[in-house]
Amino acid sequence: MARLTTTILLVGALAASTACSKKRPAVLPPAAGEAPPPAYQDPNGGLNGGAGAVTPGSSADFKRSVTSDTVLFGLDQYDIDSEARAVLDTQVQWLTRYPNVRVTIEGHADERGTREYNLALGDRRANAAKNYLAARGISSARISVISYGKERPVALGSDEASYAQNRRAVTVVVN
Amino acid sequence: MKISALLIGVSMLAGPALAQDVPAVTLTPPAQAPAGAQPAQAAAPAQAGPGQTPPPLEVDVTGGISAPMPIAIPAMPTPAVTSTPAGSTDALGRQLSDIIANDLRGSGLFTPIPPAQLRTVMFPEVTAPAYDYWGGTGAQALVQGYIRANSDGSLTVGCYLYDVTARAELVRQGFVVPPSQWRRAAHKCADAIYARLTGEGPYFDSRVVYVSETGPKGNRVKRLAIMDQDGANHRFLTAGSSIVLTPRFAPNQQSIVYMSYVGKNPAIYVYDIGTGKQRLVVQNAATTFAPRFSPDGRWILFSRAEGGNTDIYRVSSAGGGTPQKLTNSPGIDTGGSYSPDGSRIVFESDRSGGQQIYVMNADGSNQQRISFGGGRYATPVWSPRGDLIAFTKLSGAFRIGVMGPNGSGEKLLTDGNQDEGPSWSPNGRVITFFRTGRGSGGKADLWSVDLTGVNARRIPTPLDGSDPAWGPLQP
Repeated sequence: MARLTTTILLVGALAASTACSKKRPAVLPPAAGEAPPPAYQDPNGGLNGGAGAVTPGSSADFKRSVTSDTVLFGLDQYDIDSEARAVLDTQVQWLTRYPNVRVTIEGHADERGTREYNLALGDRRANAAKNYLAARGISSARISVISYGKERPVALGSDEASYAQNRRAVTVVVN
Repeated sequence: MKISALLIGVSMLAGPALAQDVPAVTLTPPAQAPAGAQPAQAAAPAQAGPGQTPPPLEVDVTGGISAPMPIAIPAMPTPAVTSTPAGSTDALGRQLSDIIANDLRGSGLFTPIPPAQLRTVMFPEVTAPAYDYWGGTGAQALVQGYIRANSDGSLTVGCYLYDVTARAELVRQGFVVPPSQWRRAAHKCADAIYARLTGEGPYFDSRVVYVSETGPKGNRVKRLAIMDQDGANHRFLTAGSSIVLTPRFAPNQQSIVYMSYVGKNPAIYVYDIGTGKQRLVVQNAATTFAPRFSPDGRWILFSRAEGGNTDIYRVSSAGGGTPQKLTNSPGIDTGGSYSPDGSRIVFESDRSGGQQIYVMNADGSNQQRISFGGGRYATPVWSPRGDLIAFTKLSGAFRIGVMGPNGSGEKLLTDGNQDEGPSWSPNGRVITFFRTGRGSGGKADLWSVDLTGVNARRIPTPLDGSDPAWGPLQP
């Protein structure tokens, strides 16, 4: 039943994405000059000796293995488009390989929405990504969601390029 | 003269015992009042000049600030300079008049006479104003008063308002306060003057709770903070280790409901101002946010996001109990705010495709859209007077506006780039909100604007600020 529900939601999301004609930028790696991603916490306390040695199934392994940990959305949108699907498919591959790993999907919004609405919008986006992963066979019990609304932008400008990076859902490995 | 004042000072010690709140006391005048003066607080128009009775002194609150009323507020004398925990009474007398002047100036309806034109008022003169002098300053109204330290440690502040042209006393009030709350006596005095001259309700003796912000835009440190309406007595309530958002006062002002990310579990909490303790409002729930008390304090309205859908619920504020779901449309229903009588709720919903404002009964029935202008409408808040709903309008920029509860008479009050999150003053005539700048250095500050839309002012805070919520008038 749960699977059925998520599948229906997925179909809805796909339908919404085809209906959406808005051209959105390619999935971007963190832009140069933006704040660097948080430093990787090596669960082995650095004994692996530097960035080259990555523990299989770890957060660093995840980030290295997938196209991106982040999918982007259009303004006030939460549909999973073809680019987002391609990104999430690589996450599915990795999560299938490590079936005991749990993830949290963080939903975010740009600053052009009001605070409370953006909390709900971030929840929508995180759940859209979660539903896609679940529809591809990842147990939804492994996936939690959290919305940060507009509280944690990655790009700090007040321009479309920054907004586009901030409308996102980020998959984070729970160590 | 001095002895006389002292004697009268002694006779005035028989005031009511001090309490936590600030009772108005009936004053004995500090000097012999002129024969025929009214002993009560009522106006004494008998002293109008010869020939004709001048028109009553009043401030037009609908015409904006085109002609703020000139008002003189000289330093308040003290019958005996006394050292108190709040400072020396003569210094306090100067500060009291400064606070009153600042309050009245901030309303946009008054222009205090510059200090250089204010003369020193001796204690006996408090009830016998030098009308000829004050008339020469251009002041239409005159505020005089005094401060006295009582033997029980409390302070008495006398507050008098005079119509300079009609030579009449309009207000006579006194306030007994513990030294820790001496500023409240000034706010109470300013409120009495404001209410008498404008016909509006008072609002200066009130507090604001808000989110203090600091740090880079991508990782803001946010702390709950509380302060007086004028920015004084500022205090941080949380340490900043978790994101906190959208604090709102309980009607009794003893607690604050807000949202916190503590434990990476975004949810609403009630913070007890007295004890500093906090408790989770709804157990075992997905993301809960956008909390607000009902006017009677019995309910907490909130939004709950689950599976990408957000609805509005209410739950008993006493703790425990199952939340009652009030909306069930697919979409985002949030930002609920009660009407002052508690019978209705205004909220925002994107059920029509974009954020618009809706009104429903308090049980969730009879949901009706009221906003139909271009753009989106968010964060509706019902005025404490019941006659207006303030909102954030999104159409490119964010602006603060008001409309009637049926959606009529929409009016935008601000024109910042990103003005958001209105909250009403206790008298429903002023709105506080936050204004965010653009770009990576863009930070948020607290502002206020009155219903005329022309009196926008920044509220001073130690750091940056957002999500202000104006509390009720203090008891």
